[in-house]
Amino acid sequence: MATETAEELIHEAAEPHASGGLPQLDFSNWDSQIFWLVVALVLLYFLMSRIALPRISSVIEDRADAIADDLDQAADLKRRAEEAEVSYTAALNAARAEAQTIAAEARAEVQKELDAAIAKADAEIAARTAESEKRIAEIRDGALEAVETVATDTAQAIVAALLPAAQDEAAISAAVKQRVS
Amino acid sequence: MASDANEGSFIHPMDQFVIKPLFGDGESISFITVTNSTLWMFIAVAAIAALTILGTRGRSLVPSRTQSIAELLYGFVRNMVEDVAGKGAMKYFPYIFTLFVFILFCNVLGMIPLAFTPTSHIAVTVTLALAVFISVTVIGFVKHGAAFLGFFWPKEAPGWLRPILCVIELISYFVRPVSHSVRLGANMMAGHAVMKVFAGLTAMVIAGGLGPVAILPLGAMVGMTAIEFLVAFIQAYVFAILTCVYLHDALHMH
Repeated sequence: MATETAEELIHEAAEPHASGGLPQLDFSNWDSQIFWLVVALVLLYFLMSRIALPRISSVIEDRADAIADDLDQAADLKRRAEEAEVSYTAALNAARAEAQTIAAEARAEVQKELDAAIAKADAEIAARTAESEKRIAEIRDGALEAVETVATDTAQAIVAALLPAAQDEAAISAAVKQRVS
Repeated sequence: MASDANEGSFIHPMDQFVIKPLFGDGESISFITVTNSTLWMFIAVAAIAALTILGTRGRSLVPSRTQSIAELLYGFVRNMVEDVAGKGAMKYFPYIFTLFVFILFCNVLGMIPLAFTPTSHIAVTVTLALAVFISVTVIGFVKHGAAFLGFFWPKEAPGWLRPILCVIELISYFVRPVSHSVRLGANMMAGHAVMKVFAGLTAMVIAGGLGPVAILPLGAMVGMTAIEFLVAFIQAYVFAILTCVYLHDALHMH
């Protein structure tokens, strides 16, 4: 066995390829190469056209569809967001307007109440002032009367002390009245 | 004798292309004999199936790594067919895809050390090119009938020039499968042979006791390896795009 391989080695070293020239031009094995090439190509063609290519193209199509769907969905969501923003702005404006009217109404009401209260207070103050003036007048009147009484009494006492004989109550009182008023 | 044994221990640049039966006595090769070429063709088919069928079994919306490579390959070939051959050629897309990935994987897998490159053999590339040539011609005649012969009769040329141009058109049409197959086969063969030449040179320089000098062929081999990867892709691309061009001619007649 060993000698055989050695012989083969020497044989190959001396003559690298049995036919001489290029191995490519050794036509003795062309039928084998062509037969197996055809088998391999037919097998590969069926594997590719029946399994691999339809699968890859469906995967790529599915992906394109999914991306298109996602883009559509995103556009839809964007549109809805814009709509929501528009309605939000509208609602905000309406609410602001309503708030302003409510505030104005409240202000007007408060103003009315305030005016009424001021008017009432004014009236009360006026009434009290009138009453006070009346009482002051009463008090002044009362005081004047008392002054007259005291002056009469004092005048009578002075007259009685100085001129006991000349006691004329009516005359004194008339004189005091004349002086005081 | 010693020098002979020494020679034998180095790899002959063309040895990598020798077709060897995997089973049996290792001598006779009939048409069903399984050879190293057969093995690597089916490794390519298995690798393609693994990438495009196993890799996409998740059918994920967000693709895994293998699935995105398969999708990239699909999109690349699809765009090429659409752009070059037109929308009408889309029903031949699986055929062109099969050709492209088969050649691409044979070329790239052939870059693995000790691997065999089926596409470096003229037998394989001639079969591929003839398959394209015959199917494109049949498509042309099925689609246009006898009017497809008008493809070889340039109406826009001046009258006396037409017969001459017709001969040129016919020659160029029938040279197509030759250039189509030889371009691929010769590129793969030459590149691999050059790599082996540099590898053998590196080994010989080291065996000859000139160790540090080996950096030169080794560096050249590294560069060649990079270029060969590029060539492996470009040749598959060129083969597929020329198929699209021929298909476009058959479908639209210029």
